[in-house]
Amino acid sequence: MSFWFWNGLRKGIQSTRYPKAPETAPGVTPGRPAATTFASSEDAARAAANCPVQAITAEGTEALVHLRTCIHCQRCRFGNPSTVHWINDFEWTQPPPTKSYEPLPRAFTRSLHIMVVDTGDCGACLHEIKQLNNPLYNLHRLGLFFTATPRTADVLLVVGPVSENMRGPLLKTYDAMPQPKRVVAVGACAITGGVFGRTFASAGGVGMVLPVDLEIPGNPPPPLAILHSLLVLTGRKSLEAGEPLLI
Amino acid sequence: MTVAPPSPAPLDADTLVTLLEERFGAGLALSREAPGLLVRVLDLSLLRALSKFLFWEAGGSFGGLIVEQRTSEWTLQYLFLLRRIGWVDVVVRAPLPQKNIPSIVAEVHAADWYEREAEDLFGVDFEGHPRLGDFILHNETWQEQIAPMRKAFNVNGHGFERKPDPEWRTTLVVQDPGSFAMPVGPVYEGGLGEPVHFLLETVGEDVIREVPRLFYKYRAVEKVAEGKSVPEVLLLAERFSATSAFAHSLAFCQAIENAAHVEIPRRASRLRVVLAELERLRHHAGAIEGICQSTALSVSEAHAAIIEEQLLRASGALTGHRYLFGLNTPGGLSRDFEETACRDLLRAIDDAGSELRTLEDRLRYSSSFLDRLEDVGAISRESARDLDLVGPVGRASGVARDLRKACPYASYSDYEFDVPRQEEGDGYARLRILFAEARESARLIHQAIESLEPGAISIPLDAPRSMVAFGWAEAPIGAALHGLRLDSEGLVERYRILTPSFRNWLGFHVAVEDFAFQDFPIILATFGLSVTECDR
Repeated sequence: MSFWFWNGLRKGIQSTRYPKAPETAPGVTPGRPAATTFASSEDAARAAANCPVQAITAEGTEALVHLRTCIHCQRCRFGNPSTVHWINDFEWTQPPPTKSYEPLPRAFTRSLHIMVVDTGDCGACLHEIKQLNNPLYNLHRLGLFFTATPRTADVLLVVGPVSENMRGPLLKTYDAMPQPKRVVAVGACAITGGVFGRTFASAGGVGMVLPVDLEIPGNPPPPLAILHSLLVLTGRKSLEAGEPLLI
Repeated sequence: MTVAPPSPAPLDADTLVTLLEERFGAGLALSREAPGLLVRVLDLSLLRALSKFLFWEAGGSFGGLIVEQRTSEWTLQYLFLLRRIGWVDVVVRAPLPQKNIPSIVAEVHAADWYEREAEDLFGVDFEGHPRLGDFILHNETWQEQIAPMRKAFNVNGHGFERKPDPEWRTTLVVQDPGSFAMPVGPVYEGGLGEPVHFLLETVGEDVIREVPRLFYKYRAVEKVAEGKSVPEVLLLAERFSATSAFAHSLAFCQAIENAAHVEIPRRASRLRVVLAELERLRHHAGAIEGICQSTALSVSEAHAAIIEEQLLRASGALTGHRYLFGLNTPGGLSRDFEETACRDLLRAIDDAGSELRTLEDRLRYSSSFLDRLEDVGAISRESARDLDLVGPVGRASGVARDLRKACPYASYSDYEFDVPRQEEGDGYARLRILFAEARESARLIHQAIESLEPGAISIPLDAPRSMVAFGWAEAPIGAALHGLRLDSEGLVERYRILTPSFRNWLGFHVAVEDFAFQDFPIILATFGLSVTECDR
């Protein structure tokens, strides 16, 4: 049985250097569509018409991308002549459109406890959050921890469009958290309801039920996008970095 | 009940038709229709005997129940899969005001949850079912009278009042002195477990009875799909359960291709095998990680986690999506892959394969790990057959059903692969199945990529309309079936998803009962089920 110990040592350090150094391994992010200038306004209009969730709008020859509603179906990328630009980054976190973000006090900079509530996601967002525990991301090295109880949690990550049956458990979890606390909507479904929309069984986003402080677009956002938003919460990354994303 | 042994040799279609005519005579109307046999039940009182015959005597598997509200009648389709014959589709019609249908659950136990689901969502009553009500629509949240799948119910939810029942309490079955129930969920493991509630009833150390309460994630996918176009519903098909997104979108697209009688280009059908097996490999690596985590063997958990993340990255680098969204379209694939990308994928598959082999070897020599798995959560072959468990869970108990072999689709019939099978049915057997299937998936990916020829990756389809479509695929967790009815404008009238998790959750309690509390997370992990796939 001692072979586990030696094998663990032999593997060496596998974790990403992010946020100290950029992470560029292939496949670490699915990327995102970005604003594109086309040759003609017809091309831009065609790109907009191709999007099943109206995440692309045409203004003259330019196609603008609203990442908040994008469900990453890649229909704007493949299989049609008006393809939009694709950028392989992952720092997508933004506050909701009607709100500005208020950072947590300094005491949380290197100690943040995270609670997750799955309110009907497809499994992808939850899975990407779990990947943060993976040695390749190794959340603990940054002083970020998953906690088993809302009583010790500072941040609530919510995935999924808030199904009717999970509305109660979500509210109970939120109420059980001490102040100060922050709520992050992870993924397109948690932001707008995504493909499930606003129906009798789905509230159509966490914002309909709880005050949301930050949103991470993506369907699903990759682990590093979620890590970036946790770093924003602790004030270790500023929201202003990088070009602003249209929301 | 008495269990008739499955017939030794599978029937062929002619014998089955003769037997059915002999037994049931004028009570049935039979017609041969691709992909199998259509049986219309004219005399409702024959339904139970017919189901019993198809399931036990003809040795069929139960595919599921599809209920539809048509303009003037209910139609209920009971799907059975018979070897050598294919799908036997038993159709029952009942005029609309009538709500009472004979329940087949006493004959086919696997039908239990399908009938409960139909009762809860459609308000159809199944006579003779022992336990109806409070299933998908939790009674502490919804009124019992709501039947959201009826056509008259507005999906946007206008016009119904939410009246939660404050008096609602869970029912406890174990009544011995000193007995108590331990609730788990719906938010547990810091929320990293999918929402599901388990009520573990006990008088001490062993779990005497386990009642899972699912459907916290019910988003009414089937209802949301109604009135939408095929490309819109495709988005739902791949987004309701991401851990097997490709398999579900594949079943959905194949349904439309089957109904339109088109054959997709060879390159597309081969690439579909590559992607479907990539998904299976990644899923199984994740399931193995879950098992290592449940036994608290951290180094092996980290090892498996790295393999899984490398496969997610390989998927992302190849397709632009880590969970393989947006690839299937009715008629083929949305994009082609270059040869260099395929080579990169093969390298990633080989790396993952050799790492998995190393991991398996180490786990086999870790006695403390094996002690937690061996003889734990055992499901006998009889139970597995009785509940008709599918996928790796069924195969670990000796029920080796695999749609890739039983009803080949894509280009599976061109390749050599085995369907691994174990007899013990315990946690360790399920782990061995996961490793063995991962090996077979890697083997299939190699064969499929080597057989790739240049060519088109999709054929244009006429906009499908006025059709009933049915497609299937073997998802990583088991058999996934998608049924679809399109109206004259090509909009979806009824969309039905039959998922393997729905089936296997029904059998989960068998594995848990009579085992100690500390085995519970391990049994849960060895089942490797998805809640979102079950809840829809």
